[in-house]
Amino acid sequence: MAWNDDRPMSPHLQVYKLPLTAKLSIFHRGTGAVLFLGLIMMVWVFAVAASGEQSWQGMHDFLNSIIGKIFLMGFSFSLFYHLANGIRHLIWDTGRGMSLKEANTSGKILIGAVAIATLISWIMIIF
Amino acid sequence: MSEYRTPLSKVKGLGASGDATHHFWLQRITALALVPLTLWFVFSLAALPEASYAEVVAWVQSPFNLVMLVSTIIVSFHHGQMGLQVIMEDYIANYNIRLVSILLLKIVSFFMATLGVISVLKIAMGA
Repeated sequence: MAWNDDRPMSPHLQVYKLPLTAKLSIFHRGTGAVLFLGLIMMVWVFAVAASGEQSWQGMHDFLNSIIGKIFLMGFSFSLFYHLANGIRHLIWDTGRGMSLKEANTSGKILIGAVAIATLISWIMIIF
Repeated sequence: MSEYRTPLSKVKGLGASGDATHHFWLQRITALALVPLTLWFVFSLAALPEASYAEVVAWVQSPFNLVMLVSTIIVSFHHGQMGLQVIMEDYIANYNIRLVSILLLKIVSFFMATLGVISVLKIAMGA
């Protein structure tokens, strides 16, 4: 394998067209990881808030700055995506909706719902 | 000898990892709890950037919000830690590096969750 020797590996990710379900799946993992970092940032926000009104002013200004808003937009998208796909996963855990057709249909509904939620939250963040 | 498992291990049913489906089940329980908690958190947060410091403090001090906030922090970090652990188990091939990474992850998660809870309590008690 890649870490131990120089033997060539047959290309896979560079050539294979991932199905919709596969893309949605890796996005679930990715947004999960991003949300963990977002969680740490949230804790940082609370820690600053706990340090008194003066330090909060700095955090307040940061959250309302352009970079702060970009962070919030990335965080909100990741949150909505992971939450919605998480519910899709929980439905699968009950045994329902696991046929290929149903998985693709729920995937498309997922994209629609996440797009709407993200759009609304981004409008609220920007304005 | 055709059977390598001891009778005790068979009766415990915990498998080679020692904790069977524990991780899987906990991940689902925390996920389920996080659906209402996250929705509450998102709707609460939507109002926060325009709020003054005093308003934020008052919001945290409400008993319901305080309990929800602490619950969200604890459950989110547990869920997130377990998720990142699986990512590390999947992608870090070297046993030693993987072990150390997972240990560091657990330490950071625990510390951050504690920091979050203490900060929120500090705000509630009047920082």
